[in-house]
Amino acid sequence: MATLEVKNLCKDFHVREGGNRRILNAVQDVSFELVPGGTVALVGQSGSGKSTVARMIAHLERPTSGQVLLDGAPAPTRGRGVHKYRSQVQMVFQDPFASLNPFHSVGHHLERPLRLHGVATSKADVHAHVIELLERVQLSPGRDFLARRPHELSGGQRQRVAIARALAPQPSVLIADEPVSMLDVSIRLGVLNLLARLQREEDLAVLYITHDLATARHFSDRIMVMYQGEVVEDGAPDDVILRPQADFTKRLAAAAPEPARNERMIAAASRYAKDTTNDR
Amino acid sequence: MAELITESIAVRADAADEEPDDSQRRRGRSAFWRRLLTPKFVVGAVVVLLIVLFGLIGPLITQDPNAIDNIGLSSPSGAHPLGTTSVGQDVLAQLAHSTRGSLTVGVLVAAFTLGLSAFFGIIGAYIGGITDEGFSLLSNVMLVIPGLPLVIVIASYVESQSVLLVIVVLALTGWAAGARVLRAQTLSLRNREYVLASRVAGERTWRVICVEILPNLLPVMSSGFVFGIVGAVLAEAGLSFIGIGATGSLTWGTMLADAQNGQALLFGAWWWFAPPGLLIAALGAALSLINFSIDEVINPKLRTTNIAKVERRTKREHQS
Ligand SMILES: Nc1ncnc2c1ncn2[C@@H]1O[C@H](COP(=O)(O)OP(=O)(O)OP(=O)(O)O)[C@@H](O)[C@H]1O
Ligand SMILES: [Mg+2]
Repeated sequence: MATLEVKNLCKDFHVREGGNRRILNAVQDVSFELVPGGTVALVGQSGSGKSTVARMIAHLERPTSGQVLLDGAPAPTRGRGVHKYRSQVQMVFQDPFASLNPFHSVGHHLERPLRLHGVATSKADVHAHVIELLERVQLSPGRDFLARRPHELSGGQRQRVAIARALAPQPSVLIADEPVSMLDVSIRLGVLNLLARLQREEDLAVLYITHDLATARHFSDRIMVMYQGEVVEDGAPDDVILRPQADFTKRLAAAAPEPARNERMIAAASRYAKDTTNDR
Repeated sequence: MAELITESIAVRADAADEEPDDSQRRRGRSAFWRRLLTPKFVVGAVVVLLIVLFGLIGPLITQDPNAIDNIGLSSPSGAHPLGTTSVGQDVLAQLAHSTRGSLTVGVLVAAFTLGLSAFFGIIGAYIGGITDEGFSLLSNVMLVIPGLPLVIVIASYVESQSVLLVIVVLALTGWAAGARVLRAQTLSLRNREYVLASRVAGERTWRVICVEILPNLLPVMSSGFVFGIVGAVLAEAGLSFIGIGATGSLTWGTMLADAQNGQALLFGAWWWFAPPGLLIAALGAALSLINFSIDEVINPKLRTTNIAKVERRTKREHQS
């Protein structure tokens, strides 16, 4: 199991506004650590730089400065090293309607990472792994889903496939970039509970990115609040929500529905989610 | 009634997390073909097919196109269905070989053009950075250099031009516009989430380009290919007509040039100059028809709606 550390991460974008160029500090000096079995929530409004942090960790964007360390070693920047890094660090994207290629079947989406990372090589082996992955994300019986294309799945099912794909290389770090924000409210908790369960089973280190303080509090051990590229608040969930320090967090906490009621809702919803998952 | 409605809403809500039925996929695919099979498309395809068949089979069954006979310029007859040229060559045989020649040039030029514009457009945009800037500078430069004059200059430097040279020159001067279109499309595709996701899954660069990005570009590329054929056939005909085409080859352009030199118009020898001109026009029109139909299918803004059909469909849905 691996620990991922982010040190003084910065990202500047050159943006054009009208005719003149401007530098946008999308992420400024962000540092944190993801440990096995722990969840860090990254909360912030739209445009605060959360996805940019996720993309830099997933090696889709190059940091302007700062470092990503996996088990103390700097993340490789090119060649086979990146591939190895990716078998450890995986990402689930925000929009399950956009993150699966409409041309490929569900089976194909899961086979590729299994083969690419050498988890399974023979045809039968790959098939068995694909089925197992599908059932682990509660798409059962798995073989019914193999030949389907993304447009033949519901949003929740798609996101489960995307989660299964991220789990395929058997990573130890999972970045979940607003994994439920595009889903219907009624199925959000189901997907979040699934993520939480998988995390416990695999002892994953998780970065959970969200807009929503309530689910951040419920599902994480630590909350960081980002505002305009900077981390303005960082601490245990209850401290952040009940005793916010930064102005922005105060407003965020005030805007969220009343905590007590919220908690009752979450409790009821997770009971409901558990019931329904047991039913399957 | 109220009960019925709430019940159907409840069913919908349940179905939201359920799978859509299997027939939807089949419907999606056949709908593409049904929409493509418009009268426009059928007419265009049939005409193109006839011309291609003529170019493929014609040369095998007609006479020797270069055999000279001292009957001179004669109008259509049993022995020569399309008459003869001023030196007594069979026009039908010439036309068959010219069709083959022109189509070969058209297809090869379009293929090379497509290859070049795909290379410079897609690779540049995907890799980004200096590569992209270099590639787009190159294509912008090629775009502002006027094609035909450049072709004339190059062609006039080389003593005897082979068909290959003409093909290469036409491809080199024709790829830039396509590259710019493909670059713009690739720039937006490379940031799609499923492309990013395939990179995170560990796919290699070439595979991301070929498997994740390319299928989205196929409609644009196929319409570029079809227009490329038309453009190349016309350009080659123009070059041959002004006397700087491939030497010793037979194309619609060389036929027209010969007819011009043999003063076919003056002698009223319509059977000599009309057929190649008509075939050029027919091929151009037919390929454009095909292109418009492809465009209408892939570009919803251009879709011409058959109102009667829509009304029938809505009525059907209401009844069921
Ligand atoms: N490739 C890019 N080029 C220029 N600016 C960018 C680029 N990517 C992101 N940005 C800018 O960086 C800022 C942070 O974007 P980011 O996507 O990280 O926000 P976010 O917190 O994930 O927002 P959301 O909650 O809406 O997903 C935004 O202002 C965005 O416009
Ligand atoms: Mg985001």
